[in-house]
Amino acid sequence: MSALSAFFPSAAPEAQRPATRDTPWLRWSLTGVALLFVAGFLVIPLTAVFAEALRKGAEVYWAALVDPDALAALRLTLTAAVIAVPLNVVFGVAAAWAIAKFDFPGKSFLTTLIDLPFAVSPVIAGLAFVLVFGLQGWLPPEAQAELLAPAVARELAAIPGLGWALGGLAEWLANPRIVFAVPGIALATIFVTVPFVARELIPLMQAQGNDEEYAALTLGANGWQTFWRVTLPNVKWGLFYGVVLCNARAMGEFGAVSVVSGHVRGETNTLPLHVEILYNEYQFAGAFAVASLLALLAIATLILKSLIEWRLTLNREQNL
Amino acid sequence: MTSRKVPEKLIEMTKENLAPRQPTTATTGLSRFRRSRRVLPGFLPTLGGTLLFLSLIILLPLAALAIKAADLSWADFWMQISDARAVATYRITLTSALLATLFNVILGVWLAWILTRYEFPGRRWIDAAVDLPFALPTAVAGLSLATLLAPNGLIGQLFAPWDIKLAYALPGMVTAMVFTSFPFVVRTVQPVLADLDPQVEEAAAILGAKPRTVFLKVIFPAILPAVLAGATLALVRSLGEFGAVVFIAGNLPFQTEITSLLIYTKVAEHEYEAAAALATVVLGAALAVLVVMNTIQGKLYRRLHG
Repeated sequence: MSALSAFFPSAAPEAQRPATRDTPWLRWSLTGVALLFVAGFLVIPLTAVFAEALRKGAEVYWAALVDPDALAALRLTLTAAVIAVPLNVVFGVAAAWAIAKFDFPGKSFLTTLIDLPFAVSPVIAGLAFVLVFGLQGWLPPEAQAELLAPAVARELAAIPGLGWALGGLAEWLANPRIVFAVPGIALATIFVTVPFVARELIPLMQAQGNDEEYAALTLGANGWQTFWRVTLPNVKWGLFYGVVLCNARAMGEFGAVSVVSGHVRGETNTLPLHVEILYNEYQFAGAFAVASLLALLAIATLILKSLIEWRLTLNREQNL
Repeated sequence: MTSRKVPEKLIEMTKENLAPRQPTTATTGLSRFRRSRRVLPGFLPTLGGTLLFLSLIILLPLAALAIKAADLSWADFWMQISDARAVATYRITLTSALLATLFNVILGVWLAWILTRYEFPGRRWIDAAVDLPFALPTAVAGLSLATLLAPNGLIGQLFAPWDIKLAYALPGMVTAMVFTSFPFVVRTVQPVLADLDPQVEEAAAILGAKPRTVFLKVIFPAILPAVLAGATLALVRSLGEFGAVVFIAGNLPFQTEITSLLIYTKVAEHEYEAAAALATVVLGAALAVLVVMNTIQGKLYRRLHG
C-alpha cells in the first residue's frame, strides 16, 4: 500500500476515555497551546483575507469583483472545474470498479500511478503539458490545427447558424491551441485532480465487498442496473466527498495552471492567477477581494465535508 | 469372481474426467485476466478506460518530460542541474521543506493527541478546521500570510523592532510550507491513536510505568509508522509547493528562490531543456523520498505487527 493512500482523512471518531488519564494540568496546557495555535495559524489568515478585502469599503470590494477581467477569470475557473470534475468522476468510478471489484496482476502499481500527481510538483505537471503541446513540443500548434481544424471546423462552419451558436468554440476550432489557452488549463487541472475521486471510492468499495452486486446479478439485474441501483447508492456519499475535494482543488489550482496559462488578462487567467496579477500590481484590495471568493469556496468545502462525514458516520453506525 | 469387460468408451470417459482441466482459451497475455471466472461485468472496459485515461493525462506528459531531458547530452544535463543558482535553490527548498516537516511532525502529533484523547468545548470545530489548508487555494494562503508576515503586517510588525524578517526570508517560506502541509501528519496519526487498545496502556501503568515512559515506550512506537507516513506526504508536498511560497518568498536568486520557481522561470524564458532537467531532479527527489520512507515504514510495520 502506498504512503499516499492515507491522504484522505475519515471522520473524527469520538474521543475515547482511557482508564489511564493524563493529569488535568497536562491536559489543559496541551489543549490550550494547541487551540491558540489553531486560532493563530488558521483563523487569522482566513479572517485577514476578508478584513483586507473590505478595508477600503464595500464599493471598492464590489468594483474589484465585477471588473471584466475578474469576471472573465471567474468564468474560466468555473469552466476548468466543469471540465475537470465530471471527467474525474467518470474516471474515478471506472478505476474504483476495476480495482475494488476485481483482482488482477499489477493492481498495486496501478493504485500508485493514480496517486502519482500528489508527488509531482504542480509546476512540473504544467511543464510536462507545455512539452507535449507547446511550440517545440510533440504536437505543436500547427499539428493541432492540421489535426482538428480542416476536418471539424469547416464542416461546422458550413452548417448555417451553428457557427454563431458555437461562438468561441468555432473560433477555437479554426485556430486550435492547447497550451496557453483554455484546453491546456483544463488538462493541467485534470492532472492535479486525478487522485481525488478514485482515492475516495477505492477503499470504500473494497470495504463493501461484492456480495450485494452478486445478489443483484443472481436476481436478474444486468450490469448497468447493478451499478445504478446497488453500487452507486452504496457509495454516493463517498463519491460526493471526493467531488467536493476535487472541485476545491480544481478551482484553486495555481502552479500547474500558471505554467500553461500564458497569462492573457480576460482570456487565460483563472481566479488564483488573477489574484497574483493584482498583487504584483500592488492592487492589494482587489487581490484580497478576488481571494475572498476563493476563501468562501474553501469555507463551503469545509462545511460540506463535515456534513458528509457526519452522514458517513451515521451510515456506518446504522450498518453495525 | 468373474472378470467383467469394462467398455472401452467408459475408460476413455473416466480418463477424460480425471485429467486436469485444460483452459479452453489459448494462454495469451489477456487470457491471464480471464483465468478466474469473473461474475461481475465490466472489468475490461473499466480497466481499459482507466489505463487509457492515466496514459493520456499522466504518462504521456511525464514521458515528454523525460525525453526532453534526455535530449541533453550528459555533460549539458549535468551543467544545467549543477549550476550554482540551481544548487542554491536545492539547498533553500530542502532546508525549508525539512524544517517545515519537522515542525509538522511535532504539531501534527500534538493536535492528533488532543483531538483523539481529550474532550473539550469546540473539539469538532477544531477538527473540521484542520482541513482548511487542503480546501483553501494555495495562492490565497500565500497572499494572506505574505501580508500578515510583512514588516508592516499584523504579525510581521511584532518582529520588525528586533530586525527579524519573516516574509521574504526563510521563516516566511517555512510558515507557508507548514500551512499547506500540516494536515497530513494530523490526519495519518489521528486514526491510529484512536484505534490504540487502552488495555495496553493500562497494563504498562499497572506494571509501574510513568506516563512519560508509557508514551515513549508504548504509544510512540505504535504511532511511529503513521507519523512517518504523514511526514513523507508533508515533505513531498513541501518540496513541490509553489503557490503559497512564491507570494511570501521574495524570490531572490541564491537567497529565497525555490527550485519550482526556477523551473517556472526557465519555462517563461523558453529554456525547456533546462526546465526539464531541473524537473527530473525534483521528481527524482520526490520519488526517492517516497520509496525510502515507504521501505522504513514497511519495516517498522512488520516489526510492530509481526
